[in-house]
Amino acid sequence: MRRTVGVAAASAVVVFAAGCGGGGPQSGGDQKLTGDKIVLGVLNDQSGAYSELSGRNSVTAVEMAVADFKAKYGDKAVTKNITVETADHQNKPDIANTKAAEMYDRKGVDLILDVPTSSAALKVADVAKEKKKLYFNIGAATTDLTGKSCNKYTFHYAYDTYMLANGTGTVTTEQVGKNWYILYPNYAFGQDMEKSFSAAITAAGGKVVGKDGAPFPNTSGDFSTFLLKAPTLNPKPDVLGTMQAGAELVNVVKQYNEFKLRDKGVGLAVGLMFITDIHSLTPAALAGTTYTDAWYWNFDEQNRAFADRFQSETGTRPSFAHAANYSAALQYLEAVQAAGTDDADTIVKGLEGKEVNDVFLRNGKIRAEDHRVIHDAYLAQVKPQSEVTEPWDYVKVLKTIPAAEAFAAPSPDCTL
Amino acid sequence: MTGFLQNTFNGLVSGAFYALLALGLAVIFGMLRVVNFAHGAFYMLGAFGAYVLLTEADVPFWAALVIVPVGLGLLGMALERAFIHRLTRLDPLYNFLLTFGLTLILQDLVKLRYGVQSSPYATPSALGGSVNLGLFDFPTYRVFILGFAVLVCVAVWWLLSHTRLGMVVRAATERPELTRAFGINVGRWVTPVFGFGIGLAGLAGVLAAPMRAVNPLMGADLIIVVFAVVVIGGLGSIFGSVAAGFGIGLVQAWGEAYLSDFPIVSQTVVFVVMAVVLLWRPAGLFGREEAPA
Repeated sequence: MRRTVGVAAASAVVVFAAGCGGGGPQSGGDQKLTGDKIVLGVLNDQSGAYSELSGRNSVTAVEMAVADFKAKYGDKAVTKNITVETADHQNKPDIANTKAAEMYDRKGVDLILDVPTSSAALKVADVAKEKKKLYFNIGAATTDLTGKSCNKYTFHYAYDTYMLANGTGTVTTEQVGKNWYILYPNYAFGQDMEKSFSAAITAAGGKVVGKDGAPFPNTSGDFSTFLLKAPTLNPKPDVLGTMQAGAELVNVVKQYNEFKLRDKGVGLAVGLMFITDIHSLTPAALAGTTYTDAWYWNFDEQNRAFADRFQSETGTRPSFAHAANYSAALQYLEAVQAAGTDDADTIVKGLEGKEVNDVFLRNGKIRAEDHRVIHDAYLAQVKPQSEVTEPWDYVKVLKTIPAAEAFAAPSPDCTL
Repeated sequence: MTGFLQNTFNGLVSGAFYALLALGLAVIFGMLRVVNFAHGAFYMLGAFGAYVLLTEADVPFWAALVIVPVGLGLLGMALERAFIHRLTRLDPLYNFLLTFGLTLILQDLVKLRYGVQSSPYATPSALGGSVNLGLFDFPTYRVFILGFAVLVCVAVWWLLSHTRLGMVVRAATERPELTRAFGINVGRWVTPVFGFGIGLAGLAGVLAAPMRAVNPLMGADLIIVVFAVVVIGGLGSIFGSVAAGFGIGLVQAWGEAYLSDFPIVSQTVVFVVMAVVLLWRPAGLFGREEAPA
């Protein structure tokens, strides 16, 4: 008996570790013409690690955009029949693939929005290309969306690994210290980030004195080996650059503070951080940390007004992903209004090269070459607790990075 | 050398969590023959318990260290009476499924209320600094965890080997029928032992709150390794689970430190060790083969 259970437990461990597969494919139903209506589809993580920084509240943001569009055009609107569909892709590429196809084919969705998690984002780009329907990616960071995997119907809206690395890597090297130790989660996103950061740091005259890929997922939750190693490197790094995200970032920062690395002269720079991460770590744990933000809710009056509305709808302040979803939905509706049709090819033509300014996009431009949407980005620093005067107002913007510098030049790998 | 000692120390701290969790699983398995998949969820509830007590009722870490394990222990006893108890006579798979389902429910309930973002929990101020251990400074909190976990493990061992209660539990674990034949009411001890195991998971959770991300999935990530630890140590073996817990903590830390060019190694080392141990000793390092009944 004991042996049977033992073997069963062992095999259960293996099944557990391998993770569960996704749902089976859905059969296609009757195809509807979009006809007299516009359908926006928000496809993102609504139950997992990224559900707070985007998730359901991004659906609310898109609904706000629809309401604003209707209010602006009233009877002159191209249609009043605008609906929002949504689905949870659970950060799994296979589910994202199925749900995206279902949205385009069966739910009459004209535009898919958001899609965090790079691997899932790339799958949806393939679906958009195949179905010839529009796709604005907001939540994913991979530059492949506008590089080797780019296509005519895919636009990358908010940020990417280059933007994060270029902002944080360059400015931190110039202002905080030249020697870096980079800690990254050892999977596609982390490896991408490490490469982008190393390039930016070297270009700014800095040096990467050490880098380590931590296991991902890090089941022990312990990063102390790497944190202990950092101050012993020669030359001693001035900055620890962590590329971990979500709960892993929380673990790194908690342990960075435990080992008192700041007191040992090793500053902290974070590759990707959302306002929701600062909220969960508390600004005290992160005081002085620099990172690149695509948008900050308390940057100016316009942002703040949006944030106030968003808070009254959702009870929380918006992350940049929320604002970007709002902006993307609005710009799409404006494009449909201008073109008088929701035909994807016509809309693409209207969007390419367009210059845009709205609550999210500052000095924004939709590049025709690769469909990268460029806009001002911000180098932000977490305030010390003593300077935090209201909930969620955790950072100060050190520098605005102009749109042209914030993003990489169009990649030669991309042919639309 | 200093670096090696520091890494060793960290490995032992990680191992302390594995050991506490594996110990609870081993005690429960020994007595009930139930592989408790919900163990990770109770670890998570332990951390959330500490967080909720602190934010809602201003209850400090030290009080939480007592209140949360006791509370979860009682909850565990109630669950044992209400559900698990009814399935113990059936195929073990039934309780697999039951406790696995329980995990999903508990995780989602916490998610519903607190979201997936990690909740903040500060290190208690008395343990916030660092202490000099001769060759190097080390965070006080880590030293505390290691000392505390060792103390708990020793206490459990003493309880099992030197008290009448322990004798009954050991006898019931080894030969339940024979123990009953001697007129000992084994059934009476099943529920408290289950509660005790759950309490240990809750205790590990409280200890984790200041140094790990407190979120609904924190247990799900950890429990996979803990199951491997239990299998390596030998299912139901008290000593085996503790030894394997600390051992795996060490192996992981050394793997990360000295094989950092191959992150994949430290990621998989636990499962490689598990596979090797199972091939070599199918009952685990300290488990005993039993002839089929």
